[in-house]
Amino acid sequence: MSSPTQAKTSHNPLPNKERTKLPRQRVPEQDAQVRAHNFLEVNLGFPAEQARQESLRCIECPKPGCIEKCPVSVDVKAVIDLILAEDYMGAASKVREDNALPAITGRVCPVEDQCESGCVLGKKGEPVGIAYLERFVADWERETGNCGIPKSAPPTGKKVGIIGSGPASLACAGDLIQMGHQVHVFEALHELGGVLVYGIPEFRLPKDIVRHEIDVLRRRGVEFETNVVVGKTVTIDELMSEEGYDALFIATGAGLPRFLNVPGEHFNGIYSANEFLTRVNLMRAYRFPEYDEPIYPCKDRDVIVVGGGNTAMDAVRSSLRLGAKSASIFYRRTEAEMPARVEEVHHAKDEGVHFEMLVNPVEFLADEKGNLTAVKCIRQELGEPDDSGRRSPVAIKGSEFVTPCSVAIIAAGTSANPLIQSTTPGLATTKRGYIQADDSLATSKPGVFAGGDIVTGGATVILAMGAGRKAAKSIDAYLKTTLKN
Amino acid sequence: MFEILEARPLARGIKLFVIKAPRIARKQEPGQFVIVRLDDCGERIPLTLADADPKAGTVTLVVQAIGKTTMLFNMLEAGDSILDLVGPLGKPSEIENFGTVAIVSGSVGTAMAYPTARELKRAGNKVISIVGARSKELMVLENEVREVSDETYVMTDDGSYGDKGLVTDKLKQVMADQKLDYVLACGPVPMMRAVARMTGAEQIKTIVSLNSIMVDGTGMCGGCRVLVDNKSEFACVDGPEFDAQRVNFEVLMQRNSMYREQERESIDRLQADPQAELERLRRKNHKTECALDAVGVTNE
Repeated sequence: MSSPTQAKTSHNPLPNKERTKLPRQRVPEQDAQVRAHNFLEVNLGFPAEQARQESLRCIECPKPGCIEKCPVSVDVKAVIDLILAEDYMGAASKVREDNALPAITGRVCPVEDQCESGCVLGKKGEPVGIAYLERFVADWERETGNCGIPKSAPPTGKKVGIIGSGPASLACAGDLIQMGHQVHVFEALHELGGVLVYGIPEFRLPKDIVRHEIDVLRRRGVEFETNVVVGKTVTIDELMSEEGYDALFIATGAGLPRFLNVPGEHFNGIYSANEFLTRVNLMRAYRFPEYDEPIYPCKDRDVIVVGGGNTAMDAVRSSLRLGAKSASIFYRRTEAEMPARVEEVHHAKDEGVHFEMLVNPVEFLADEKGNLTAVKCIRQELGEPDDSGRRSPVAIKGSEFVTPCSVAIIAAGTSANPLIQSTTPGLATTKRGYIQADDSLATSKPGVFAGGDIVTGGATVILAMGAGRKAAKSIDAYLKTTLKN
Repeated sequence: MFEILEARPLARGIKLFVIKAPRIARKQEPGQFVIVRLDDCGERIPLTLADADPKAGTVTLVVQAIGKTTMLFNMLEAGDSILDLVGPLGKPSEIENFGTVAIVSGSVGTAMAYPTARELKRAGNKVISIVGARSKELMVLENEVREVSDETYVMTDDGSYGDKGLVTDKLKQVMADQKLDYVLACGPVPMMRAVARMTGAEQIKTIVSLNSIMVDGTGMCGGCRVLVDNKSEFACVDGPEFDAQRVNFEVLMQRNSMYREQERESIDRLQADPQAELERLRRKNHKTECALDAVGVTNE
């Protein structure tokens, strides 16, 4: 499709025809049978040679679809060329211009729907492994102990507060500090990173990597404060009037867990995915009793996870690593409708997760002590498409069945946490309780911006980061124009 | 890092702590709680705020040694620090002039009820306090309660102090003598359930403060869910106070027993060498404090 025009500086020695014949490099992984019993990272990442081999496949489109499809517009083409030039630090610095968290997005981005979906090679064969390349340069940078820090603008004297320390906030903080503003991040929990530390498991995103990315932001001048629940410990109005913030960005993330609202959901052994993952990831319950936080025993027991998203995959794979005898996904549609990333589903299957499709729990059963013993489900068939465009499941009468299980984890999504909305007069919300923000992510309150899951409802890390970058731009414009005095 | 300014034993296994926490002290209202994490391996547990002094920037916690974390907490002294303290969380107590109110509390529950009792008195209520404990050595804050109450009754199970009997025995008498407009019960679940049954029969507005197991305390995990009117509500954000007649106490007790085995294991590990555990916590918190200072993270 694209013309073979090459940039003068291209470091790729191969003609385009030969590039397209190269097979996509396979990323080394921990063996499925071994990794199903440990919390170490599953993907091991490209060694340098493989990264260069994969980079050779890029045909350097004049209008790169990969950049267009990236929510934060990483200059993929330039990064790949720097890899070919073996200037890995330069490549890292290039990524960081647009992406404050490359080691993280290189691991958790749904690239098949983003950059890699824009790759021309994908039309006839397999796209360039962009995420693996991004991860490679970020890991290279981290392992050298140096950091490709982009230069910051001179100080503006303006102070911006960011509520939450998840991906939207960190991306926003990275851009704002580069624009020369003072940035202070408030986090409700005791550890920084939001969903990156409480939600995504160690085996998919090691916590050391999150810590490193946050350290980089700190070295660039971002201030962090933990243990502050904005809306409770301090309000939005107090931050603006008493603590002297010129602007605020609210990015508190997906809020309250949704339950199924079926009988017996209060029995012991039934968790929201949020709680299960928080205990395992944030609180390190998998290392009990060395760490104090307990988790209901999964070892040698049957665990079911209700839901078909990435959170469900994270939960079910965590339960295997806690020693579950069997770990199953119960989903009310079919695999085709599952919102989870294909790679996550494959990983789960390789590790021995069982998939029970077209089933819906209707009741949980327990012993006399209230400990879960079984789930009663009803089989489903697919009917007409619903609002989401997916065919909606319809219960098949008389198809109820009972499956024994000791632990059930509900991964049925989240709804808006009202903590900030309910304590901030004049902050407009949507019908479903999310914060209302316009295209520039400005809220109904002057100087207050919002983005990420608290505006859109549950989404992905990179979309949240995209919102963070957009907010940074809008806040910068607001500080330069509206607040000019 | 949150420094302990004062640590004073109140009764057997119960200790009062005054802790530097300016942000929380500024916002605290009666009925609210904090989440505590002692060190970097610690669990997160909720503790009701017994008081706060916004000017001094301090909060008061009354801690009864029940599990590993509270046992270790109670070994701390003035000058020690705890790693994380976050709050104030939960909805504050409803304070208005109800008329005649009874505050029924058991053991360490008295510390939770005290600030609410004080505010109810200030709001013009006639306050009748019934404080109970298994025995004299477990009685706390009796004098403080007396100061803010029009009538105070002391009950012990073994008769070692005050009248012998349960707080509900006294509540029955009080209800027979005068018309109550509002009752607050704080303490062990069976006690709160007994109060709820007694006042429910007379249709007296009754509030209980629930002690569910929590993790984040902000509504994110749903671990603290309780059945209220047969529907799930979260003790951390919808509570911790609920209308007693609507609460399913059996489910609360069942859910509070969820980690009994692990709790036992943690306690055994602590009790194998409590002094070593204490030293480890002190060392770790000192190290963490230095590390936080070095990178410029504030956590208070």
